[in-house]
Amino acid sequence: MTASRVHSPDGLVAKIGRRGIETATALADVGTWAPLLAVQMRRLGVDSLPISIFIAVFTGIVLALLSSYIFTGAVPLYFVGALVGKTVMMELGPVLTGMALAGRVGASIAAELGTMKVTEQVDALETLAYDRNAYLVVPRVLAATLMFPVVTAFAMAVGVGAGWITSVNLLDLSTPEFLKGLKQFYHFKDIWFGLLKSATFGAAVALMGCVCGLDARGGAEGVGRSTTRAVVLGCEAILVLDAFWALVLL
Amino acid sequence: MIVLDGLEKSFNGTKVLAGVHLEVPSGQNTVIIGRSGSGKSVTLKMVVALLEPDAGTVQVDGETVQEMDREQLAELRGRVGFVFQFAALFDSMTVGENIRLGLVKRGLPEDEIAMRVEESLAVVGLDGTANRYPAELSGGMRKRAGIARAIALRPRYILYDEPTTGLDPITSAVMDQLMIRTRDLGVTGLVVTHDMRSAFTVGDRIAMLDEGVIRQAGTVAEIRATTDPVVRQFIDGKPDEIAPAPPVRRFPG
Repeated sequence: MTASRVHSPDGLVAKIGRRGIETATALADVGTWAPLLAVQMRRLGVDSLPISIFIAVFTGIVLALLSSYIFTGAVPLYFVGALVGKTVMMELGPVLTGMALAGRVGASIAAELGTMKVTEQVDALETLAYDRNAYLVVPRVLAATLMFPVVTAFAMAVGVGAGWITSVNLLDLSTPEFLKGLKQFYHFKDIWFGLLKSATFGAAVALMGCVCGLDARGGAEGVGRSTTRAVVLGCEAILVLDAFWALVLL
Repeated sequence: MIVLDGLEKSFNGTKVLAGVHLEVPSGQNTVIIGRSGSGKSVTLKMVVALLEPDAGTVQVDGETVQEMDREQLAELRGRVGFVFQFAALFDSMTVGENIRLGLVKRGLPEDEIAMRVEESLAVVGLDGTANRYPAELSGGMRKRAGIARAIALRPRYILYDEPTTGLDPITSAVMDQLMIRTRDLGVTGLVVTHDMRSAFTVGDRIAMLDEGVIRQAGTVAEIRATTDPVVRQFIDGKPDEIAPAPPVRRFPG
């Protein structure tokens, strides 16, 4: 994609900006989006728990083994707990969960809305006097913003737990030693930093899915293209936001 | 009454509409005919602001659609029903839920909604299908469900986008009967089609869209008796003259 296409009035940045503003405006139409919010929270959040927990388990295991490999002979081994805790809570928990959900949630939103767009269901919705942003975009963006932190919190807990079990069973480390490392460098900010990031990841992933889905044209192939674009843009947005929050809050 | 005044629209530099003027009188079915790609559906979508014209205006009951704010547009869409070419039913909802959706938005009480769903399905002959999903219906049934969704709102106008396209002759005739029946109920119809049999059956007035403008508009009798060569060719269904095909090469063996 060329820079001019990205920045032109019909380009990607303009579309995302317009959709963002329209979505914010549509927040006032509570009667339309509120009844749909719980369903989207379940679909985008609760149903995403298995994949995020799966990723967190293996992240915790690898981090424990990796840090043990790095620290052995140089740093006391209880630092394994510190590294697992800090990394899972502040970076890998939110980012890996966000990436996985960019695939699952972003693709699902783009495919669903894209199919609705090319089969004129979105137009039909408007002819029934519904605002497309209030009915389709707001509940998805809000649900993802609220549920990504919940899913990430589970991932953090499971990741640290997997690191602890690995340390106790595979490394020469006891539970008190692991906890000593975990507590020694723990700040409450570690958790809220990760959860705040994940909320913005959720908003970005859902918004990209909606922008790409509602921009779909050209039948099944067009829906496929929009879906791929939503996942790529969702992942890129996560990385940009990750750097932004690191710059702003650390 | 709906008045289309000088509508213009281009897509990617190609002018589709070049100044469409048309009056749609109340209580009648007006049919817009024209070749595929002549901008009939684009015109129809401008009436309910699904598309914005580059120039010109649409007036419904004296109000200019292009000047309406969100609330006014929502109110307009309550007055103007739209039947889509492929029905555009929400495939994750049952037929009954599809019809309910517009009624819920209007804040009607639950018993009124249930009554209107049942009544509109009965009008289109789809009693007992409220709990079925669109995927379980035939193409003709889906289009009838689309009409049921539109008439449940008790609109003053219904816009039909290619209502008989892709249907067998009997199902097309059923669709024609439905359009006549809704007109007889006092609903003004604006129908877009290239099916001349349907146009002559349901239309009180017919307008031909050609090269981005209304080439001719008049009563069914006037259109039947037209001397305009383009309109005559279209209603007679005569093909354009094409260059003769090159001789067929015969391969030995």
